[in-house]
Amino acid sequence: MDIDLKILRYDPESDRKGHWEYYTVEADPEERILDLLHKIKWFEDGTLSFRRSCAHGVCGSDAMVINGENMLACQVLVKEVSNPITIEPIRGLPVVKDLIVDMDPFFDSYKKIMPYLINENEPGERERLQSPEDRDKIEDTTKCILCAACTTSCPVFWTADSYIGPAAIVNAHRFIYDSRDEGSKQRLEILKDVNGAFRCRTAFNCTSACPRGIQVTKAIEDVKRETLLNN
Amino acid sequence: MKIIKHSFDGVIVGAGGAGLRAAIEAAPHMKLAVITKLYPTRSHTGAAQGGMSAALANVEEDNWNWHAFDTVKGSDYLADQPAVDILCKEAIDAVIELEHWGLPFSRLENGKIAQRRFGGHTVKEGEAPAFRACYAADRTGHMILQTLYQKCVSMGVEFFDEFQVLDIKIEDGVCKGVIAFELSTGDIHIFETRAVTFATGGFGKIFKVSSNAHSLTGDGPGILYQKGIPLEDMEFYQFHPTGIYRLGILLSEAARGEGGILRNKDGERFMERYAPSIKDLAPRDMVSRAIATEISKGNGAGPQNDYVYLDLTHLGAETINKKLPDITDFVRTYVKIEPINEPIPVQPTAHYAMGGIPTDVNGRVLSDEKNTILPGVYAAGEAACVSVHGANRLGTNSLLDIMVFGKRAGQSMLEYVSKTKASSISDSSSDDLVKKINNLIEKEHTDEFSVGRIRNDLQESMEKNTKIFRTEETLSEQTKILEDLRERYENVTIFDKGKVFNTELMETIELDYLLDMSESTVASALARKESRGAHSRQDFPERDDAEWMKHSFAFKNGNSATLRYKDVELGKYEPMERTY
Repeated sequence: MDIDLKILRYDPESDRKGHWEYYTVEADPEERILDLLHKIKWFEDGTLSFRRSCAHGVCGSDAMVINGENMLACQVLVKEVSNPITIEPIRGLPVVKDLIVDMDPFFDSYKKIMPYLINENEPGERERLQSPEDRDKIEDTTKCILCAACTTSCPVFWTADSYIGPAAIVNAHRFIYDSRDEGSKQRLEILKDVNGAFRCRTAFNCTSACPRGIQVTKAIEDVKRETLLNN
Repeated sequence: MKIIKHSFDGVIVGAGGAGLRAAIEAAPHMKLAVITKLYPTRSHTGAAQGGMSAALANVEEDNWNWHAFDTVKGSDYLADQPAVDILCKEAIDAVIELEHWGLPFSRLENGKIAQRRFGGHTVKEGEAPAFRACYAADRTGHMILQTLYQKCVSMGVEFFDEFQVLDIKIEDGVCKGVIAFELSTGDIHIFETRAVTFATGGFGKIFKVSSNAHSLTGDGPGILYQKGIPLEDMEFYQFHPTGIYRLGILLSEAARGEGGILRNKDGERFMERYAPSIKDLAPRDMVSRAIATEISKGNGAGPQNDYVYLDLTHLGAETINKKLPDITDFVRTYVKIEPINEPIPVQPTAHYAMGGIPTDVNGRVLSDEKNTILPGVYAAGEAACVSVHGANRLGTNSLLDIMVFGKRAGQSMLEYVSKTKASSISDSSSDDLVKKINNLIEKEHTDEFSVGRIRNDLQESMEKNTKIFRTEETLSEQTKILEDLRERYENVTIFDKGKVFNTELMETIELDYLLDMSESTVASALARKESRGAHSRQDFPERDDAEWMKHSFAFKNGNSATLRYKDVELGKYEPMERTY
């Protein structure tokens, strides 16, 4: 079947602002949106630029806005979206070219929350013990692939890019709730900041945007509660 | 384009598991740069699922010697046994170290790291399947990649994200530096350095149906191969038995470790006929061959009889949701069926290169079959061939490989840097590369010679002629096709003439490596007149220990390869018939 695509293009070397370009490609209903983008790039217009790698939703490269919603292009099939398909870069981060945005501010926020295990005690020769119940507390938030679909779906982030954003808070949650970690106090202090967790207005966009099904808003609420308890 | 020069003691190319592990070892003691064409967390280590084996004995009695026995037997006796001993012995500390750095392993009731069964891993040298694979649900690789990256962030490791290394400079047999292309600007960066580790991963994109990421194009092996460094054991490429039908997306062996069963169109558990003792948990080469045989006998399912079923329906929702959540989500997303109730259509998918850049057990790159060391150049992970996987890698041993030999490569870099003085690289060292890029950009674009079309023909022909079963005829046919594709590649043109994120330009250069990988694979496969591990010659169906207990070294020779050989290093395990 023929699929029509409308893609927001921007070439910093020749365009002053973004413009729409229209393509028609033949596709099976089972194909991924990423496959359609590849068909255009490989057989029609090699200038179309986007990030991708694993092509099955685990590397987090190809978050984009598809028919108005944040998704991974490799995780959505043609038959799941209505034709024509509109594709835009994720919002709130500077567009570099076509569907590629500058991810550095996103990773900078991630690095701010000290995303690593903090525990000064000598762990000994064998593994630290952790009960299955304790391990379960971080099951959801350890799934994060840092694709930025959540952060760039957040209306607060769109208007104030100083907001640390859902993804950073999810990764803080992953350590705050890890029974082996002892850095919660420091992280909660960071998240108490004016640009921290309390900027969240529980719009739930992040939860619907997460391609890994993480309960992002719930994680943010957990962190807010811990912040209050920590005071 | 601008040319920018940097100076480092050491450079690591690739930020997957092997590169990051090497970085953790080296970074505290030298000025180190890690260069990756992706962001580190996009690396394909993150797609590994089932586990990382180590004889922790958390569930039952285990011993690293049994792990070594299984690895050697699984390799069809082509692995170098002293290297396998290192792999399996150091596995235990490698797992513990990851736990200490925060890896959220799944846990047993007593709080210890959980372990599960996996293909080819047994207790007491083949007695019964072993609980040896340490895991974090079915996203073990994701957790390893995240944990290593987190450790690097805590250490302040310096990364050059979205920089693609395109050349290495070796003068008088000594490493001088690497040249990289900055994707976001199109600028060229000269990295002056005396030690380089290549940890660029595999090259599954030579095949059409593959579990590999688009980025897995053999960059590290390709760069060195073009400089006259040989590639070892290229004929041994692993096809994982259970890729999602047509898409090739990996469904972990953990599915069978947890009790999943393969069935043909009649619902028969056919692995009982091929591996009576461990059945569905036989090593991957055997299971993939069994599937291909079932399909060729007309026992495949579906309208074209070209797939089999992975049946998890008897496991129950709880086990599936708890232990296999990601892969069953893939099935829901891409096949739109519920694996709790329905069997999953699967077919073998191109998965892992046992071959690659030859190294010793310390990650030092060898420039020939006589073990001559290339000073200052190291390799680790899938890009390298130590060889610990021989003719067929056991599941879970790749995550182990990146940890054990990534660390060793990092240590070797340190040792080398501490013993040598910094040397300079000339400002003109990027001239060849700049010329190559300008030539590509200046050529007028024609559809016929587009990267997409040439690569498509490459992948389809490699799929058809060199996948699970090979013969003199299919390999000769592929040799001719590769000659034609190489000729077309000489005329390749690109549409995108810009500087910023010219990903088409990068794909064009990657295609050169894919052709190199294919040429060396086919030449090595044509020369090896026996069947061993993943290399199955229908015209030479038996393993021939008298003639072929040796590693292939393919040296680039125009568009083909010259082959030389090195004897396998044996140890305490005598080659025996490989039955399960």
